[in-house]
Amino acid sequence: MIEIEALTKDYLELTVVDHVGLTVADGEIAVIVGTSGSGKTTLLRMINRLIEPTSGTVKIDGQDTRDVPAFELRRRIGYAIQGHGLFPHRTVGQNIATVPTLLGWDKGKIAARVDELLELFQLPAAEFRDRMPSELSGGQQQRVGVARALAAEPKLLLMDEPFGALDPIIRAKAQSDLLAIQKRFGTTIVLVTHDMEEAIHLGSRIAVMDKGKLLQYAPPDEIIARPATPFVAELIGTGERPFRLLSLGKVRDLVESGPAQGEPISADASLRDAYAECLWTGREMLPVVDADGASIGRIRRDDIAHKAERPQ
Amino acid sequence: MKPGLIIRLVVLALLVAFIVTPESFAWVFQPLTKNGQPAIYVQNSLLNLTVSHLTIVAIATIASTLLAVGLAILVTRPFGAEFLPLSRSLANIGQTFPPVAVLALAVPVLGFGTAPTLVALFLYGLLPIFENALTGLTTLPPAVTEAARGVGMTDRQRLLGVELPLATPVILAGIRLSVVISVATATIGSTVAASTLGEVIIAGLLSNNLAFIAQGGLVVGVMAVLIYDALSALERALMARTGQRRQHA
Repeated sequence: MIEIEALTKDYLELTVVDHVGLTVADGEIAVIVGTSGSGKTTLLRMINRLIEPTSGTVKIDGQDTRDVPAFELRRRIGYAIQGHGLFPHRTVGQNIATVPTLLGWDKGKIAARVDELLELFQLPAAEFRDRMPSELSGGQQQRVGVARALAAEPKLLLMDEPFGALDPIIRAKAQSDLLAIQKRFGTTIVLVTHDMEEAIHLGSRIAVMDKGKLLQYAPPDEIIARPATPFVAELIGTGERPFRLLSLGKVRDLVESGPAQGEPISADASLRDAYAECLWTGREMLPVVDADGASIGRIRRDDIAHKAERPQ
Repeated sequence: MKPGLIIRLVVLALLVAFIVTPESFAWVFQPLTKNGQPAIYVQNSLLNLTVSHLTIVAIATIASTLLAVGLAILVTRPFGAEFLPLSRSLANIGQTFPPVAVLALAVPVLGFGTAPTLVALFLYGLLPIFENALTGLTTLPPAVTEAARGVGMTDRQRLLGVELPLATPVILAGIRLSVVISVATATIGSTVAASTLGEVIIAGLLSNNLAFIAQGGLVVGVMAVLIYDALSALERALMARTGQRRQHA
């Protein structure tokens, strides 16, 4: 659990982060969204003290972060950044082993952990362990960067626009990988992005920042339905609101029994995808199948449309 | 094997052969002599002069590397940043003194011999190494230095484990410049009685013997070129190893 209280950072006259307070519960993904210059990255970097706060406190599991030396604090917190920041003179395996090595784990344990993480990120260990970062594609480098951040099994992972440099297809894959890994390890994640789409997709709570102030901190559906200020509404995009709301729901939630014609849709697809499919193929309803491909009913276009209305 | 490498190996073999048995090359330099002058310098062993020449260069370069890299590390740390302008001008002053002037000024203090030459080469070698070390240490990829802090490396671990290894190729380029300048400049050390290949050239100038001047000059020149090439190759290998430049497919 992270408790941030009245956290402030001043640079001379300029207040970059202004009395921000928020709490992230264990296992949550908190996404900080804002335009550039909103102070979101500064806020993130104050959590692991890459930037020292001017005032205010950060507590991790009840312990004030100023009570431990900065480098020890950082070894306990995973940190992944845009452009991955892999050490170009070290192999993939050595990069992933960075924090365990700093912590003095024994060699066998480190080697086992490196191989485990590589396999987890679909990079066969035998093939990738001894390669240099410059020999990998952008998507592979990014995965190694996240693997390095997770190597010492941190309970908390900080990510600064981790997918910003990836093309859209690889980014979608990286996002779903992250969700899967988060579910598996139960890691608490604080992620910074300027992309509201990404925030809604990944976040269990979203913090919207502007000019150093925290405007709203709420679950995605509430941010969409009840934006606290016009700026938050603008960031969501008023024309996008119903579709963003649909992207939060799953087809499974609206399944009813009965037959339907044509190509089926997966129960785990988002309502947004289902609605798009209805519109594109001109169908009133779609058959729904579960992960095994067995039919479990149908979903109606009108029900989906109803779900896109502003919640009361 | 690449043709360039073969040529260099042949040149190196010729150089070594000439230094070890200069007399066997007398026929090459005979046409440059007049009035029955000797074609080959025999007053002092060419091998001894070469070894002494290279030793002086090596000692001076190692000393200037240690000081220049040390200074560069110091002024790129947060606590040393205010010394950056001062150290820059010190290294600049070293470079603006002509080596001959350094020799002339150092002789009254240090006496004739090797010492004033070492001082001149040392001062002269500082600037290229210092400038390159500064460049190397201040132009590291920001994402990499950020990551090094973010994973919890201490200042010392960052310097030794990330910053210096990544800056090494650039620092090496500075050392290469410095060595080549020193190999050439060491010859004038012989004017103050340092034992270098300059002795052969000066003997040729004093006795008006073109053959001496040519063999002294050639040995120095060929050595400079070969050392330059060898260090360039080492740099390229380091760059490739640290993944800073993609290898050609």
